[in-house]
Amino acid sequence: MHIIAFLIRRAVQAVIVMFVISLIGFSIQDNLGDPLRELVGQSVSEEVRNEMRQEMGLNDPFLVQYSRFIGKAVQGDLGTSYFFKRPALDVIMDKFPATFELVLGAVFIFLSLSIPAGIYCAIHRDSWLTRIIMSFSILGISIPVFLTAIGMVWLFGVELGWLPAFGRGQTVELPWGWDTGFLTWEGIRHLILPSIALSSIMLPLFIRLIRAEMMEAMGTDYVRFARAKGLPERRVRYVHAFRNTLLPVVTVGGLMVGTLIAYTILTETVFQWPGMGFMFLEAVNRVDTPLIIAYIIVVGLIFVVVNTLVDFLYTLINPMVKLPGAKA
Amino acid sequence: MIPLRKIAAATAVVLGIATMAPAQTLNFAYDADPVSLDPHEQLSGGTLQLSHMLFDPLVRWNQELGFDPRLATSCKRIDDTTVRFDLRHGVKFHSGNPMTAEDVIWTINRLKSSPDFKGIFAGWVSATKVDEDTIEIKTDGPSPLFLNTATYVFPMDSKFYEAGGAEIAKHGDSFASQHASGTGPFIITQREQGVRVVFERNPNYWDTKSPGNVQKAVLRPIKEAPTRVAALLAGDVDFIAPVPPTDLDRVRNNPNTKLVTMPGTRIITLQLNEKRNPALANKKVRQAIVYAINNEGIVKKIMKGFATPAAQMSPKGYAGHNPALKPRYDVAKAKALMAEAGYPDGFKTTMMCPNNRYVNDFKICEAASAMLAKIGIEVDLTTMPKAQYWPKFDERAADIMMIGWHADTEDSANFSEFLTMTPNADTGRGQYNSGNYSNPEVDRLTLASLTETDPAKRAAMLQKVEQILYDDAAYVPLHWQNLAWGARKGVMIEDVVNVMNFPYLGDLVIKK
Repeated sequence: MHIIAFLIRRAVQAVIVMFVISLIGFSIQDNLGDPLRELVGQSVSEEVRNEMRQEMGLNDPFLVQYSRFIGKAVQGDLGTSYFFKRPALDVIMDKFPATFELVLGAVFIFLSLSIPAGIYCAIHRDSWLTRIIMSFSILGISIPVFLTAIGMVWLFGVELGWLPAFGRGQTVELPWGWDTGFLTWEGIRHLILPSIALSSIMLPLFIRLIRAEMMEAMGTDYVRFARAKGLPERRVRYVHAFRNTLLPVVTVGGLMVGTLIAYTILTETVFQWPGMGFMFLEAVNRVDTPLIIAYIIVVGLIFVVVNTLVDFLYTLINPMVKLPGAKA
Repeated sequence: MIPLRKIAAATAVVLGIATMAPAQTLNFAYDADPVSLDPHEQLSGGTLQLSHMLFDPLVRWNQELGFDPRLATSCKRIDDTTVRFDLRHGVKFHSGNPMTAEDVIWTINRLKSSPDFKGIFAGWVSATKVDEDTIEIKTDGPSPLFLNTATYVFPMDSKFYEAGGAEIAKHGDSFASQHASGTGPFIITQREQGVRVVFERNPNYWDTKSPGNVQKAVLRPIKEAPTRVAALLAGDVDFIAPVPPTDLDRVRNNPNTKLVTMPGTRIITLQLNEKRNPALANKKVRQAIVYAINNEGIVKKIMKGFATPAAQMSPKGYAGHNPALKPRYDVAKAKALMAEAGYPDGFKTTMMCPNNRYVNDFKICEAASAMLAKIGIEVDLTTMPKAQYWPKFDERAADIMMIGWHADTEDSANFSEFLTMTPNADTGRGQYNSGNYSNPEVDRLTLASLTETDPAKRAAMLQKVEQILYDDAAYVPLHWQNLAWGARKGVMIEDVVNVMNFPYLGDLVIKK
């Protein structure tokens, strides 16, 4: 029954995280700039702007504004975006599928490349292929993602003309309101460049991580013992050794979700990908404070959810690990 | 069984679409998409670009900065404060309602209640109906700029908006921000904010003489300049704006694309705060600063030649443009002026600039501070995103602040009204005069120009204003930003773009 207790604890944790984030978001909003400037033309007088500020409640003291926000937030209303003129949460939910599919594309690419490459490099330490992979991974870590992205736009979008350079292409709306680009050829083609760009952050890191972990695992006693038992080399490598490299990989992967979300902002901006990250950067430029705060709260929630999933994955990979807080 | 003839006809239709449609569909990309469909919600370039697609104004600017009649066929001045507009007969809104004098009056009254537009319409006291096709405007004084103002009147379908909701919502949702019924060449058929707006040609467009052949136009906002240029070069879109200075040659030299440029009318200046820093209250110091800053060099090196160096606020073609004024740059003279003013060793000062508002804004400020260092003025420069910059600008938080200005009226007086007249919270004059420059003669001449209907006398007044500001070195004029559009060859944008940067896409011709 400790799973339910664990989930409840995590839910409480999520609420606290979101509360703290909203407080931080709220207290910095004055430093983000004056939203009125973005709402009205340049020649509108300070007097009119002040009237509007009053009307929108922006002149109220911090605590009044914040308690009004919390009052609405507990009812699921995180405010209305100034730009989209719709509830901020609705806007984010509209953009979520695009970001989710982009992240999925990136995760697919880096998992399907980093695992074989990492294992290969650990086993064939001195092969020329290993050297090439390792030097590329150094290069990959050191080139910033927006440079990779712009370079790819120029090469594949403009010079070669193989792949579309911006946007999401044709999307299909699924019955539950999810806009997917996976079902059309155009949608997939549009996904390729952005997901490669996004995966380019994680790929080198994971190759190196898996290689290091794998090398360590290959040297442990239980691997030697398995070999001594006469188990086939394949089984030793892929079941005994590899399974144990997964634990740190999952841990780092869970933590890296934050980095991945941060990089969706850059990737989506370069590729004009209509997701949450691009929306967030635009919201910052427009001082769309309700949308900014709603976004960071949602991202906070995603963090808690992902880390909860990571904890579950632990127990699956290694049955000796217990969920945090469970009796050993 | 389907008769063969029908199949043949259907095939012809399908083939017809397949061969005709590409030539008549315009895919275009701007750096942003319109905030709202309500033409009165925000006074911005984006709103006006959209207004010219969905609506039509009473009169509109042409490429020579003259006026072309649109929904008003003619106008005449009855007396000093009365103007009559004859409206075009038989024009229908997208909803099918006929356009009447009532609609135009309703629109003008709505403009007068819009926070963004009421400033422009402040001088229009009343609009009344004379007969079905004529309206009469009363102004609060002789009004030399009533045609400039009339370019902002895009008659709206009053019955349509009254039925749905006519409220102007600056924040939150409104009927008018999501629905539109105008008389313009296009109708919006699909809109996904920030992703795409699809326009279809209005089949009942009144202007049957318009050469435009765009049946469908798809606007896709592309925020990032390199991506926008890439989309044009890759052939994903037919037309983009703006083209960043760094990519001008790329668009010009590509065999499939062309570049259309035009000197712009947005003046970029540095204002010198005479109240914050006593040194800047000294006319000689201000002159020294103007002489020290090489604005022609800035245009050449930083703007890559893509701007016009300025010595005044009014660009060529404006009533107040004074051809005698030339950019000044002379470091030796600047040093001499500093010594004369009693600052031979210079002084310390602060400067603030935005870093994402104007083209290369922060680079210009960095260059200017380096140039000021040469005459001993030590500048503490702070740059920040525009969202944070404007509140600082309102506070007058630094001695030297950057401001760019485009006259909503396309008239010289507007520059002075906002940038150089004595700041006055009650009248709103000098609202953007962070330098606190004040000269009674400038105030008097600017105000007089607002009611002077003799064009020659008016031009003389406004040119005199420019001369005084020049002599006083009231501010540092830098340059007018140029405008650039990129298009696929065969898309005849050069015929429909203008210095106001609202292309008349209804008249756009796409040759194969």
